[in-house]
Amino acid sequence: MANILTAETVTKRFGGLTAVNTLSIEIPERSIYSVIGPNGAGKTTFFNCITGFYKPEEGDIVFNGRSILGLSSDQINIRGISRTYQNIRLFSNLTAIENLLVGQHPLMKATLFGPIFGTAATKREEKAALEESLRLLNFIGLAKKGDLLARNLPYGDQRRLEIGRALASKPKMLLLDEPTAGMNPNETEEMTKFIRHLRDELGITILLIEHDMRVVMGISEKITVLDYGEKIAEGTPKDIQGNQRVIEAYLGRGTAGQVNH
Amino acid sequence: MRQRFLNRINFTDIALGIIGTALVGLIVVGSFKTLAEGNYTTRQWLDFVVFGIAQGSIYALIALGYTLVYGILRMINFAHSEVFMAGSFTAYFAAASMAKSGFLETNTFVAVLILFAIAMATSTAIGVLVERVAYRPLRRAPRLVPLITAIGASFVLQYTFKGLYGDQFKAYPEIDTLKGSYTWGDINITKVQVVVILSAAFLMLLLYLYVQFTKTGKAMRAVAEDKDVAALMGIDVDAIIVRTFALGAALAGAAGILYAITFRQVNFFMGFIPGIKAFTAAVLGGIGNIPGAMLGGIFLGLFESIGPILFLDGLNVPAPYQLKDVIAFSMLVLVLLFRPSGILGERLSRTKA
Amino acid sequence: MEQENTTSWWLTAIQLGLIGGVVAILASLIGMVESFHARDIIAGQISMGETLLLLIMIGFAYSSSRNEQSPISTRVTSGVITGVTISLTIVLFVMLGAVVNLRSIFVNASPTLYKILTLEISNTALAYVAIVVVGAIVSLAASLVHGATPFWKRVISSGFFIVLLLALLQDLIRITLTPFPFITEVLSWMFGRRGQEGLSILGAIVVFLIVAGVIYNDAKHGAARRARREALPEATKRTRRWVSWGLLGVFLLIWPRIAGPVLSDVTNSVGLYILMGLGLNIVVGYAGLLDLGYVAFYALGAFTMGVLTTTGGEIFFDVRWTFWEALPFAVIVAVLAGIMLGIPVLKIRGDYLAIITLGFGEIIRIMFLSDFLKPYFGGSFGIVSIASPTIGGIVLDSSQTLYYVILAACFVALFVAHRLRDSRIGRAWKAIREDEDVAQAMGINLTATKLLAFATGAAFGGLSGAIFAAKLSTVYPHSFTLITSINVLALIIVGGMGSLPGVIVGGLLLAGLPELLREFSEYRLLIFGILLIVMMLNKPEGFLPEAVHKREFHEDENLSHAAGG
Repeated sequence: MANILTAETVTKRFGGLTAVNTLSIEIPERSIYSVIGPNGAGKTTFFNCITGFYKPEEGDIVFNGRSILGLSSDQINIRGISRTYQNIRLFSNLTAIENLLVGQHPLMKATLFGPIFGTAATKREEKAALEESLRLLNFIGLAKKGDLLARNLPYGDQRRLEIGRALASKPKMLLLDEPTAGMNPNETEEMTKFIRHLRDELGITILLIEHDMRVVMGISEKITVLDYGEKIAEGTPKDIQGNQRVIEAYLGRGTAGQVNH
Repeated sequence: MRQRFLNRINFTDIALGIIGTALVGLIVVGSFKTLAEGNYTTRQWLDFVVFGIAQGSIYALIALGYTLVYGILRMINFAHSEVFMAGSFTAYFAAASMAKSGFLETNTFVAVLILFAIAMATSTAIGVLVERVAYRPLRRAPRLVPLITAIGASFVLQYTFKGLYGDQFKAYPEIDTLKGSYTWGDINITKVQVVVILSAAFLMLLLYLYVQFTKTGKAMRAVAEDKDVAALMGIDVDAIIVRTFALGAALAGAAGILYAITFRQVNFFMGFIPGIKAFTAAVLGGIGNIPGAMLGGIFLGLFESIGPILFLDGLNVPAPYQLKDVIAFSMLVLVLLFRPSGILGERLSRTKA
Repeated sequence: MEQENTTSWWLTAIQLGLIGGVVAILASLIGMVESFHARDIIAGQISMGETLLLLIMIGFAYSSSRNEQSPISTRVTSGVITGVTISLTIVLFVMLGAVVNLRSIFVNASPTLYKILTLEISNTALAYVAIVVVGAIVSLAASLVHGATPFWKRVISSGFFIVLLLALLQDLIRITLTPFPFITEVLSWMFGRRGQEGLSILGAIVVFLIVAGVIYNDAKHGAARRARREALPEATKRTRRWVSWGLLGVFLLIWPRIAGPVLSDVTNSVGLYILMGLGLNIVVGYAGLLDLGYVAFYALGAFTMGVLTTTGGEIFFDVRWTFWEALPFAVIVAVLAGIMLGIPVLKIRGDYLAIITLGFGEIIRIMFLSDFLKPYFGGSFGIVSIASPTIGGIVLDSSQTLYYVILAACFVALFVAHRLRDSRIGRAWKAIREDEDVAQAMGINLTATKLLAFATGAAFGGLSGAIFAAKLSTVYPHSFTLITSINVLALIIVGGMGSLPGVIVGGLLLAGLPELLREFSEYRLLIFGILLIVMMLNKPEGFLPEAVHKREFHEDENLSHAAGG
C-alpha cells in the first residue's frame, strides 16, 4: 500500500524547547494511524506542522507525492488534509448548516459578482452546497439541528459537527485531535464506530491523536508513540502494548514494574 | 528544494517586500540628498536631537501606561490618551491660580510638585475608573468588545472634559525660573528640556525599581505571565490589574505636566496625537516590555524630530514638518509589519498576538 | 446574617444614590442640563434638561429597587433612599455653588444652571426641600413601577417613551404634516401654542391614554390576531408583504415632497451615513476587522469627485468631468486604497488593526491638508465648485432632488450587502470573524477574503464620499476626521454588528436625531461614547441583532426562491 503522507525528520522548536524532534512517520493510504504519548509530548504540535499552522525548522512533509512544507494552511486544506481540534473550535455564532457550508468553501467557486448578480452558476452551486450540507447533517446524525447555532449544540453534537465540517471539503486525509475527549463510554463507542465508518465507507485516511487507550488499541492499524517530541516506539497495537519504553513513558520510570497494566 | 522555496513565497510577502524596499529607498535617497545639500548646520541637527530626546521622554512615560496594561491584559487601553489629557488639563487651573498669586515664581519647585501631584492624582482616578467601567466587567468577553468600550470611554472622557472646562486652548503660565538654556559647545539645551528629561528619567527609574523589587511589582509580573496560575498562587488578580492601571495612569499624568510645561497649551483633544505616538513607541520597543517602552519613546522622539527634515527636505517636499505625524504613523505600520516584536520585545506567539 | 443583609441593602442604595448624584452633577456641569433646558417636553412645564435629571433619578431608583428576592417594601424603600440621596447630592452641590465660584473652573456652572437645579424657586430653603421632595416622589414612582405587573410596566414605560419621542420629534412631525389642514388643527392643540415647544399637558395625557389603550388591546386580542394572520394562506401573506413593501417604496419616493428642503437635507446626511454604515458593516460586522480609519475611503471618494469635476479654483487636474463620469473613478480609487491598506494589515489582528487603520485615516487627512499636496487638492482650502449630478438635463443640486441619488445608492449598497451575506464569500467573512486560524485551516484564503472585505467596504465609503462632495459642492480635509469613523462605528454597533436593518435603524437614530435636535449635536460624541459602552456591557449584539438564517426547515422555500428569484 502506498503512503499518503510521509514526514521526514520533522523538527519544531519554540525558543529553547524542542517540541517535535526529528520525527519521521509514514502513513499508508486508507489506514487508521494513531499518535499517542503523554501530555506535552508534541502530538498537537505535530498536527500543527502538518496543517501548516507551524513551519517546522527542519525536515520535510510529503503528501500525495508532493512536499507541503511551507504551504499555508488553506493551501494544505485544498490539497486534501482536513482537521479537527482538541478543544472544539467551531464557528460558534454560525448555524450548524453554515459551519458545513464554510467547510465546502474550497470546493466552491463564487466570489463577489456571482452572488451580487445572482448568476445561474452561483445559484446552482449554492443549491448543491446546501443539499450537500443537509446530506452531511444526516450523516453525522444532526438532522433537524441544522438551524441551531453551533454554540447551542450539546457537546457530543459539537464534536460530530466539527468532524462534519472537516469532511465537507472532501479530504483525502482527516486529522482528528482527541475526538473522544470528554465523552462517556457509550458516546466513545459510537465515535469509534463512526471513525471506522469514515475510513471504510469514504476511504479517508485517518490520523488520530487519542488518550483513550481502548479506542486507540481498538481501531488503529499502526501507532506511533511520542515522548518529549521524540518517537519512542512504532508498530501495531500489539507491539505497543508490550513495549517497555512506552509503559515507562506513561507511568514514569521506576514505577513501571509495580503497576500492572 | 525549488518547489519548497516556491511554496514559502506568497503574495503578501511580495507586496510587503516591495512596500518596505520603496520606503527604505525613499529614506536613504532623501537623507543622502539632504546631507549632500548641507542646508543645516551641526548645531541645528543637535537641536533636533535634544528636542527629540525631550519629546521622546514624554512619549516614553505615556507609552509605559500602554505597555503595563498590555503586558497584563493583552489589550490596548484605548482611553489612555484621555487619561493623559485629564491630568494636565485639570492641573491647569492650579497652575493658573498659582501663577496669579506669584507662588509659581517664588516657590517653583514646590509649585511644580503640586502640579505633578494634582495631575497624577486626577489621571490615576480616571485610569482606575476606566478599568472599572470598560475593562473589569468584560474580562472574559471577546476581544473586540472591551476594545469598543475603551473607544467609547475615550470619547466620553474627551467630551466630558470639554463640557467641564470648555473647548478653548488654555495657555499654561510660563515659569520665569525655567526660562533660558545651557550651552556646551554646539549643544544647546533649554532649562525646560532639562526638567523634562530628568523628571522622566527619575520616574522611569522609580517604576523600574517598583516593578522589579516590590511585592506588588512581582505580583504584576506574575499576573502578566499567566493570570490563572497567579490566581492559584493566591494573588488577587483584580487588585493587581487595578494597580497596573493606576501606575500607568499616574505616569501619564506626570507626562501631562511635562507636556504642558514644554508646549504650554492644553485642551480636551490634546491626548489624541501624543496617545497614538506613545502607542507607537510602545510597539516600537516591544509592547509589554518596560525598558522597551522607554527606548521606543526616545527613538520615536528622535525619529520624529530629525526625520521630516532628514528624509523629506532633500526630496524638495515643502513644509516637511507638516508630515511628521505621517512619518510616525508609517513607522508604526512598518514596525508592526516587519518586526512586530519591537526592538526589545520577544516574539509573541500567535495565540497571544 | 439577617443584620448584615439589612445593612447591606441600604448601603447599596445610598451608594447607588451617590453615583447617581455624581452623574446628575456631571450632566449639569458639562452643560447638558442647561442647553437641554431650551426645549420643552411638556410645554411650559417640564424642559428636556429637567427630564434628563429626572431620567437619571428614575434610572438609578429603578435599578436600586431591582433586587428580586427582597420584599416589595424593601425594594421601594431602597429606591426612595437612592432617589433622596441623589436629591441631597444635588442640594449639596447647589449649596457649594453658592459659596464657591465654580465657574472659574467649570464653564457651565452658570446662574441659569443653579436656577434650573433649584426648580426656579427663589427661596433657598424652600428650594432645597422641593428638590428632596421631587426626588422622593420620582423615585417612589419608579420603584413602584418595578413592583407592578408586566402589563402596567409596559403601559407606563411605553407611554413615557412615546410621549418623550413625540415631544422631541415635534418639529419633524409638524413639518411633515403641514399639507394636511385637519391634522394641523389637532397638532396645534396637542402641542403647545406656536412658539412654545413640547406637548401640551392635555396632549401628553391623551397620548399616554392612547398608548395605554393600544397596549391593553394588544394584550387582550394581540395573540389571537397574530394567530389569525399566521393562519392566512401563503399567497395572501405574500400579497400583503408585497403591498406593505410597495407602500414603503411609494413613501420613500414622495418623502422629499413631504419633508421639504431642510428635512430632506437631514435625510440626505442620514442616507450618506447609512451608506457608509453598510460598507463598514461588511468590514467590521461581517469580517470582524475593526477599522477605525474608514473615513479615509470617504475622503478619497470625495476628493476624487472634487478633483475630477471641479470647475473653479486653481487645481492641477483640469478635466471638468460630469458627476457620472467621475463617480466610477471615485469608487475605484477608494477600492484601490482599500486594497493598499489591506495588504499591509493582513497579518495584523484585533487591537493592532484598530490602531493601524486609525493611523491610516489620519495619514490620508494630513496628506490632503499638507502643503506638499496642496497643488493637487488645495490644502486646507480644499476644492470648490464640484459638479452636481444631472439626469436628462435636470441638475440635481437641491436637497430634494439629490435625495434620489442617495436613495438609489443606498438601495444598491443594501442589495449588494444582502446578496453577499449568505454567499460563499460572506460565509468566509463570518468564519474569519469567528476564528481566523480555523477559517484558514478550512481552506479559506485569508489574503483574498480579507482584501475583498476591505475593497467592498471601501467601495461603499468611496461612493458615499463622492455623493457627499457633490452634495456640498466643496470638500476640505477638515470634514474627514476620526469622528466620522466613530459615528459610523457607533451606528453599526447600536444597530447590531452584521445586521442590515440594524445599520438602517442605527443610521436613523444616530445620524438623524442629532441633526433634528440641535441641542444633541453638541453632545453627540459624548452620547455615542456612552452608547458604545452601554451597548457593549449590556447588549453587545445590538438592538436588531444579525438574524440567524434558517435553512433546514425552509429548505423548499429557499430552493424555489434561489431557482426563481
